[in-house]
Amino acid sequence: MKHSAPVGAVRFGAACGLVAILAGCSGVLHPAGPVGDGEKQILLDSVAIMLMIVIPVIVATLAFAWWFRASNSRARYLPDWAFSGRIELVVWSIPTLVIMFLGGMAWISAHDLDPAKPLPAGQAQPLQVEVVSLDWKWLFIYPDQGIAAVNELVAPVGTPLRFRLTSGSVMTAFFVPQLGSMIYTMNGMVTQLNLRADRPGSYLGLASHFSGDGFSGMRFETRAVAPAAFAAWVAAAKSTGPVLDGRGYEALSRQSQGVAPFTYRAVTPGLFEQIATQRLPPGPGPQGDGASPAAPSETAP
Amino acid sequence: MTAAHAAGSNSLASGPASKRVYVGYGFWIFILSDMVMFSAFFAAFAVLADATAGGPGGRQLFNLTNVAWETACLLLSSFACGMASIAAASRNVLWFHLAMAVTFVLGAAFLGLELKEFAGLAADGAGPQRSAFLSAFFTLVGCHGLHITAGLLWLLTMMAQVVAKGFRADILRRILCFTLFWHALDIIWVAIFTVVYLMEKIP
Amino acid sequence: MKLLGRLNWDALPLDQPIPMIASAAVAMGILAVLAWVVIRGHFPYVWREWLTSVDHKRIGVMYTLLAMVMLLRGFSDALMMRSQQALAFHSQGYLPPQHYDQVFSAHGTIMIFFVAMPFMIGLMNFVVPLQLGVRDVAFPTLNSVSFWLTATGALLVNLSLGIGEFARTGWLPYPPLSELTYSPGVGVDYYLWSVQISGVGTLLTGINFVTTILKLRAPGMGYLRMPMFCWTSLAASLLIVAAFPILTATLAMLTLDRYLGFHFFTNEAGGNMMMFMNLIWAWGHPEVYILILPAFGIFSEVVSTFSGKPLFGYRSMVIATMAICLLSFMVWLHHFFTMGAGADVNAVFGVMSMIIAVPTGVKVFNWLFTLFGGRVRFEPPLLWAIGFMITFVIGGMTGVLLAVPPADFLLHNSLFLVAHFHNVIIGGVLFGAFAGYEYWFPKAFGFRLHAGLGKAAFWCWLVGFYLAFMPLYVAGLEGMTRRMQHYDVAAWRPWLLIAAGGAAVILAGIVCQIAELWVSIMRREPLRDVTGDPWDGRSLEWSTASPPPAFNFAVMPEVRGQDAYWAVKQQARAQARPPSEPEYESIETPRNSPTGFVCAFFATVLGFALIWHIWWMAIAGLVGAWATFVAFAWRDRVENVLPAEDVARIDRRNRQARSAAPAVLAP
Repeated sequence: MKHSAPVGAVRFGAACGLVAILAGCSGVLHPAGPVGDGEKQILLDSVAIMLMIVIPVIVATLAFAWWFRASNSRARYLPDWAFSGRIELVVWSIPTLVIMFLGGMAWISAHDLDPAKPLPAGQAQPLQVEVVSLDWKWLFIYPDQGIAAVNELVAPVGTPLRFRLTSGSVMTAFFVPQLGSMIYTMNGMVTQLNLRADRPGSYLGLASHFSGDGFSGMRFETRAVAPAAFAAWVAAAKSTGPVLDGRGYEALSRQSQGVAPFTYRAVTPGLFEQIATQRLPPGPGPQGDGASPAAPSETAP
Repeated sequence: MTAAHAAGSNSLASGPASKRVYVGYGFWIFILSDMVMFSAFFAAFAVLADATAGGPGGRQLFNLTNVAWETACLLLSSFACGMASIAAASRNVLWFHLAMAVTFVLGAAFLGLELKEFAGLAADGAGPQRSAFLSAFFTLVGCHGLHITAGLLWLLTMMAQVVAKGFRADILRRILCFTLFWHALDIIWVAIFTVVYLMEKIP
Repeated sequence: MKLLGRLNWDALPLDQPIPMIASAAVAMGILAVLAWVVIRGHFPYVWREWLTSVDHKRIGVMYTLLAMVMLLRGFSDALMMRSQQALAFHSQGYLPPQHYDQVFSAHGTIMIFFVAMPFMIGLMNFVVPLQLGVRDVAFPTLNSVSFWLTATGALLVNLSLGIGEFARTGWLPYPPLSELTYSPGVGVDYYLWSVQISGVGTLLTGINFVTTILKLRAPGMGYLRMPMFCWTSLAASLLIVAAFPILTATLAMLTLDRYLGFHFFTNEAGGNMMMFMNLIWAWGHPEVYILILPAFGIFSEVVSTFSGKPLFGYRSMVIATMAICLLSFMVWLHHFFTMGAGADVNAVFGVMSMIIAVPTGVKVFNWLFTLFGGRVRFEPPLLWAIGFMITFVIGGMTGVLLAVPPADFLLHNSLFLVAHFHNVIIGGVLFGAFAGYEYWFPKAFGFRLHAGLGKAAFWCWLVGFYLAFMPLYVAGLEGMTRRMQHYDVAAWRPWLLIAAGGAAVILAGIVCQIAELWVSIMRREPLRDVTGDPWDGRSLEWSTASPPPAFNFAVMPEVRGQDAYWAVKQQARAQARPPSEPEYESIETPRNSPTGFVCAFFATVLGFALIWHIWWMAIAGLVGAWATFVAFAWRDRVENVLPAEDVARIDRRNRQARSAAPAVLAP
């Protein structure tokens, strides 16, 4: 190229930036794992099939309205034409056939990509992660490693992740757009999700169901790292930090926002079960401050 | 479409229906909508039937004898209501008022038995705040009781209207609507004692 | 027991400028209008002719006016949301979460319950009896009650702006967030009572219209001769009757949880939040079809009239409408595929949701073939119809996409979803409402709307809609979820900025509509509709004067086919003389009644009292409402009688005006 390297680099960077902004690198069209991949494929295939009907309909609408405009004397006026058996047959058949096809796709893919369906094991042993959504932060418990993390999900690349999720307060949803499916979390119940990250990187994680005033801050970073790096992270977490027991959980479950990520060096075994079965009660609601000005100071009657 | 075909294909080719027909029809539609509402409460009851939160369930709480008395009161009340509508059709003021009074008394007796049952459960710590199952029970049965209460108020109003205005056409239409309402509540009661009481007690 | 329950001076948002200024502005506006009405001596007229009217035409106009006023309130919420999201990148914007959460909750609640529903019901009210060739609906006083209860709901929502707060849960208050533990304030209570009270009004409307359409039609109007708008109104009314009781029951359960400590949906004591989702969406999905079916009917009328052809495939359209009506009850789970019901359940509901696209697609094709072979006139109603056909198919496509469970797992609750439902509600329901408004305005008021401003409004809305919502599809694909008060993902920002620009263009559209109304009223003489048939219409409402006399038809028409008025017109044109004068008889019209207005007053008292736990006031409201009904039942004189000579005089004057116009007898 006949221009200096810095200029070329700037141009290239600008182009990348533009592409990044326009195409975005954080979304569902840039999956980093098999679940996201499969779902993106379904998305694009379905859109393509439907566009084959939608585009002709839009074109026909504009074309008919324009051609048959009252001022066009060349257009034939058919003032009594209001029925045609052949057209009716076609008009019912086309949508029916398309829907049958899409319906079949929906049936198969709903089964293939069901959140509760475990991913093929391969060489790596699945990693169990227990997720508790709180007001307004995320608690991730690694039962096999005996540690926990708040607002930070670290996972080894290529390892199937088996999530079991519950809520420590209201209903919300766990979502890492670039890994695939989201799933609701509900108090007193356990939902399941299976994902895998096939590329190392830092991915956006968020709550995707409104859960109150602090909802917008319910973000967490999802880091997919090499297995060795994961083991190092676990070891580092075990060396320092508080212990997550019943009392610690109770303190954590009170409403707070903007919690910086941190880890627990140990977790009481079976803590997740206690939360999921409500032996550890869900977090209390707003304490005075969060309520409306005219609300009474006591909570439930 | 030829005129002959059209005339034969639809009985309303003759124009709008009479007031008596469409008032009753409209009220039927209302009753159907009310049954949809009750279905939602039935559905909630079915979903929450086992959510006793470690507390008492139907088997421990329900007294089938009481339910039998309540059912007898309500069924006889419906019978009396039927008598009242026959009296109205015959324009017989005395029998109308008599039958309506019997309807009222039996309906009030039903309500009294139900309120006694509720008070007893609440006193035993099995009130609606105890568990989701009890919330659903009190709401479903209580909603029916509220309808009975509204019906009793309506009944008294109808009696007063007949005293004040006699068997005028619009009063007769309202009596028709009332009897439809009262019989519909009976049907819903049958569903309640089956789904709520019998199915809890008889495994 | 405190005399004013939970109400105290803390309820006034004195420390928050935006609600204070907004409430003050609204209160002053209302007072100014009331003062003008009273001081100019218009109050007796307003009371007699409008507030106590049981005439379906008047009630229809009031519903539509309510919808349009509430559109301004709901749209200002939208402007606040768009501007907040445009600003709140690495920033808290200007709306703290407590406020922002109320804004989006109010926006959804108002738009669905107090704009879309009243608009459709208003048009149904005005048009259906005229199209059926009858004098009024089956239960006129009940109709008035329905309207005023809806107005009560709207009033309560607006009161929450200045006294207390509104719900912060979204337009459907999912528990446990909406339970007392997590929402201890009055906000959810405002929501519950305003929706419950207006819901009663809507249910009564449903009953009224099912009875009217099935039992009250002009002689000769068999089912297959009804205009398409009547068919879709019937389907919508059946859906109201079947679905609204579920809403009543579900909100009642939540109310019992909040007021009496019940445990339907609480976290503890066995409550089941999943049951709320199932029940509320068992209502919620039919609700959106209640909104769109009348709009489909409006488009059938408009496309047919402005193509100069009968609707193509009428029978198919009827079948498609009733199929949609039935299927709408079988798809509700697609609103929560991500709740984890399992592959089989998700797949079944996904397939069912797609099946409903088939009759909808059939309708679009039939409208296309109505245009084909027509003589298309680009009046504002038809522009809205063309805009709808293009926009709605895009929205429908994204809907079918979301019906594929794995696609929904990625896009549920994202801005993609928000874009989808605005796509179908704005492109379908609102465009339909505007088309109906433009189409039937001359019938209601005797003069047309200014076409130039109407077309300007259309183009602003169309361009504004695409600018405001297409970027949201992209933002949703980028992973942005809905209801975010602030964010820090750079990729989302440009889309939200464009969307804010789109909202501004829509604002221009609304300004054009206000101008259109103002200019049309001020300069109505050149826009007068003298004949009663400004668009060369095909159905019976165009055979009446504009506006029609109180009794609609001097003599009930004899219907001899589909497009009932078209045949009459064609015959008159062929014979070059108007239809012969009928035999006049005296007509009974229902008397006006303050029942609706007074009942709604007590309902407002009851609702407000329940929200603030003022128990004595609640009882007073309840007793007052009951007393109003009993007083109404005690009436002796139920109808006014208009003597035959008066009927003849009014009708002859209208017939003369119609035949005097040159265009009528020569097509």
